[in-house]
Amino acid sequence: MPKALNIVVVEEDRDRAIAIVDALKEACPCDVSIIGNSSGLARKIAACLPDIVLIDVDNPTRDMMEELTLASGPLERPVAMFVSGAAGGLAQAAIEAGFSAYVVDGLSPDRVKAVMDTAIARFAMTRQMRSELAETRRALEERKVIDRAKGLLMKAKGLDEGAAYALLRKAAMDQGRRVADVAEALVTASGLLG
Amino acid sequence: MNTVTIPVAFMPLVDAAPLVIAQEMGFAEAEGLALDLIAAPSWSSVRDMLAFGRVDAAHMLSPMPVAMAMGLGGVTTEISAVSVLSVNGNVIGVGKRLEEELRRTGYGFDFCDPMAAAAALVQASPRPIVFGVPFPFSMHVELLRYWARASALGTEGVAIRTVPPPLMASALANGDVDAFCVGEPWGSVSVEQGVGALLLPGSSIWSFAPEKVLATRTNWAVSEPDLLGRLMRAVWKAGRWLADPSARTAASDLLSRKAYLDVPSELVDRALSGHLTLSGQGELRHVERFLEFHEGAVNFPWRSQAKWIARNLSKSLGAGSGFDLDKVAKVFRTDLHRMHLGRLDPDLPGASEKVEGAIPHAMPVASAGGALTLMPNQFFDGQIFDPALK
Repeated sequence: MPKALNIVVVEEDRDRAIAIVDALKEACPCDVSIIGNSSGLARKIAACLPDIVLIDVDNPTRDMMEELTLASGPLERPVAMFVSGAAGGLAQAAIEAGFSAYVVDGLSPDRVKAVMDTAIARFAMTRQMRSELAETRRALEERKVIDRAKGLLMKAKGLDEGAAYALLRKAAMDQGRRVADVAEALVTASGLLG
Repeated sequence: MNTVTIPVAFMPLVDAAPLVIAQEMGFAEAEGLALDLIAAPSWSSVRDMLAFGRVDAAHMLSPMPVAMAMGLGGVTTEISAVSVLSVNGNVIGVGKRLEEELRRTGYGFDFCDPMAAAAALVQASPRPIVFGVPFPFSMHVELLRYWARASALGTEGVAIRTVPPPLMASALANGDVDAFCVGEPWGSVSVEQGVGALLLPGSSIWSFAPEKVLATRTNWAVSEPDLLGRLMRAVWKAGRWLADPSARTAASDLLSRKAYLDVPSELVDRALSGHLTLSGQGELRHVERFLEFHEGAVNFPWRSQAKWIARNLSKSLGAGSGFDLDKVAKVFRTDLHRMHLGRLDPDLPGASEKVEGAIPHAMPVASAGGALTLMPNQFFDGQIFDPALK
């Protein structure tokens, strides 16, 4: 039986990292380390001697990983972003799911594929949850701004809530803008005049 | 003409201006284009978005397509640099501790003399000094290495670490790096946050350094020549608009927006005007041609620039010694540039290569329209780079 793979996951969100680690351990025999704090990333990764590094594509510290792909980099074994040959499709799927994988030279494609498939599924799931969460938050924020704008109009023009909202909606339609944008402009302007 | 949307990736930097202005000031619209500008979190992500087809064009560090053509860094999709977006625009700076050491030695922060700055650093600090740069394949790295090699610092005097530009100020504050070379506004941001001071403009090391390029996948350039031409013209016109000083206020305002740089417009204006504030003590310096988008055939992708980059990459990485210099240099697409901008720009140069570093003063040269003036192009140590020498 081959030696367990040594995988490093670079992820600041602890819950997400744990979910990925659990899924990887189920899929194949492996040791997984999580690196959260990004300062000195390249050195920390090198110290783990990983076979595979998985990192969120939106992580701005990802550029530090690129140091590892240089001949003069801190890892003794050459590292490549996982894009070569038939695996090109996998790399693209990974990026669409929201991560990229860096793999050391000489690892068998089958073993890499098992890890990639699992990671793609898990990252895609958490990415979807995240974007739903962000969408909910944004909708909530907009709700709050619209409520404040309605309040301002009710006070300034002596309107009831329904009439204040109708006025906002009319202004938005006349200007071809979103109600939330008109509300925000009103709140900002009133803050300045205020 | 139907409006076509082209997704374009950029990093939040002042020198993304030609793309932002092309979209915001209607130059794209005039070509029947809408640019869907996507702010990327890192340069690797810009590269991947372009290589894997998430975007069709990108704001890219000039050494990135060259490195890719040399097989460095993993992704080897064929990329074409069709125009240079900007020349110069980087700053070298030091953290608080190094600033204090330098002041103690009586260094005057002249912001112009690389030899004197290197000598002062050597006197002020044990070496190697750790510099943060945005990406392993960047003009920042090449300028730092060039400066170190030809000055008192010496090749072993600098250690280079990758730090994404928006995180440079915090890397200085945490002591992860002692100094930095970064594109604006991130140097000025570190000054404003009281964690750093500016030492030299990039242009003091090489006064005509190609900084960012407009890059596309080569197969996209082949399959969509019409769209490429429209994109190149829109971006070229945006660069010409940016070169007019009266456009500065509007440009700073647009770039400072949340979707682009998300920093105060006053910080953006420093790079556009060349009036920089060096430190918390408020020294002001003006730098001629701190960042250029147009004047002096800035946008022409000289093959000799690509060769300079390739030579220096291979020298410092000891890598790609077997590469074919002429072939690598062809990622700077003088052919596509002439094809698509020939009718618009009367002053395209007649040659595709020039000796780099050999122009001490603005100089008129042969061009299709006969009115091209090349801007000063010198290395601080007076060396020249002849692309024809093997």
